[in-house]
Amino acid sequence: MELLVEGVSHRYGNLQALEGIELAVREGETLALLGPSGCGKSTLLGIMGGLLAPSAGRVRVRGAAPPGSLNHFTYVFQDFALLPWRTVAGNVALALEHHPLGAAERARRIEEALRLTGLEEFARAYPKQLSGGMRQRVGIARATAVRPAVLFLDEPLSSLDAQTRELLMEDLVKIWGRERTTSVYVTHNLFEALRMADRIAVLSRRPGRVKEIVAVDIPLAERGAPEHAATITALHNRIWELIRDEVQVADREVHDG
Amino acid sequence: MAERSMAAAELVRFRGGGFEPGLRRGAAWLVLALILAAWQAASSSGLLPALVMPSPLQVLHAFADMWRSGRLTIDLEASLSRVAWGWTIGTAAGLAAGIAMGIWSSARSVGIPVVSALFPIPKIALLPLLILWFGIGEPSKVATIALGVFFPTVITGYSSVDAVPRNLIRMAQSFNVPRHAIIRKILLPGAMPGILAGFRISSSIALILLVAAEMIGAEHGVGAFILQAGNLMQTDQLVAGVVVLSVLGLAISYLLGRLERALLRWG
Repeated sequence: MELLVEGVSHRYGNLQALEGIELAVREGETLALLGPSGCGKSTLLGIMGGLLAPSAGRVRVRGAAPPGSLNHFTYVFQDFALLPWRTVAGNVALALEHHPLGAAERARRIEEALRLTGLEEFARAYPKQLSGGMRQRVGIARATAVRPAVLFLDEPLSSLDAQTRELLMEDLVKIWGRERTTSVYVTHNLFEALRMADRIAVLSRRPGRVKEIVAVDIPLAERGAPEHAATITALHNRIWELIRDEVQVADREVHDG
Repeated sequence: MAERSMAAAELVRFRGGGFEPGLRRGAAWLVLALILAAWQAASSSGLLPALVMPSPLQVLHAFADMWRSGRLTIDLEASLSRVAWGWTIGTAAGLAAGIAMGIWSSARSVGIPVVSALFPIPKIALLPLLILWFGIGEPSKVATIALGVFFPTVITGYSSVDAVPRNLIRMAQSFNVPRHAIIRKILLPGAMPGILAGFRISSSIALILLVAAEMIGAEHGVGAFILQAGNLMQTDQLVAGVVVLSVLGLAISYLLGRLERALLRWG
């Protein structure tokens, strides 16, 4: 499924968060939204999936959803958003319970999602018993169980420590390699974007605008390979030049309240 | 270098620790026994006249008398039934109103001014009015307790719903979970810890109002028993009645603790 963002602007009171965003997410690609904190990238993600009404502009979809898709626009959240009173399997089940699936089909989807994310042994555990990395795996399992047409990941690894993040990135690349779900990946982390995305939309700050869209023409699985190191470094430096000043401004900002 | 290694190596002094109060086993019973022993000694030596304060043994005798005569059963039954009905009605109505105020703007806009206006009224002041409405029998006492329980329950009801993290609701919306299912699967379980904490407050309010209502006009009930004993200067019976109330409070608190453990295993 293709997602078209057309002239989207958004204001919070007097603050112009987004202005004139034009984006097209192509079928099967992973598009990263990269920018410093406060550039409105999470706001944009909310608007793209229909969780937030934009002040102006619209978002349209084109094409058919994959077969068996129960929830076309599905999110993975930075803070995991797991129900603490439900087990791992119960949290995944929440996404399926209101759909007319047979008990067997529901159980099969839960099992498959848990297997895909390496959570089979933890089906009966409660979120508080799990590490941050495992919790986010539950969030990812819940999202894959509904077979999304477009997957929205809102800083999915930002609450995790560096090592856990590394492990989860490897897993995500593997899952993506298999499913090829159209994805939008919000991050402030340039390395993450270079590892996970087919294209990187670099956003400016206040108001958030698309500065540039950079394609990373290396297959996801080969991003770590030595022969691509020079290309990655060049891309890294180029994007860093684009965002450096804004990161500095964001860093020096004093927050109210 | 040689000089340094020659010098005596001093131990780094331990400066941490402390400020971790724990509970010593048996301390509670020991303190209770000491207080009772001192109390009994003061009574036996004549320092504490029985008219002012009966000895623990006298209280025990009074309690045994209550038990044998069957008064304990009658009074306790009367009190328990009033508190159970009053608390249940007040809690059910309070939760319904409070949760509605936690979900719908219309309910909240109407509810908050009403609750703010009526909450500060000491509910026992309404007993005479309720007696005029319902008569001197059970309904007026039950209604007093129910009213006293209702308002704090409304407040804990909507503040517990408010305290449910909004990100969980956004998550459910992002999966197209229907509204009624969001209320049932997310708002209610999420509000449960706050609601159960509110039960502790409302149950103690119910006990206070029970005793007050029974002292104002009741034939039976622990409150009535205490008042009668006071009128007859039977301090041993009076204190025995107070002990019954204290045990009743402890029992309620124990049951609520069990309920919390059963419902909040995930917490």
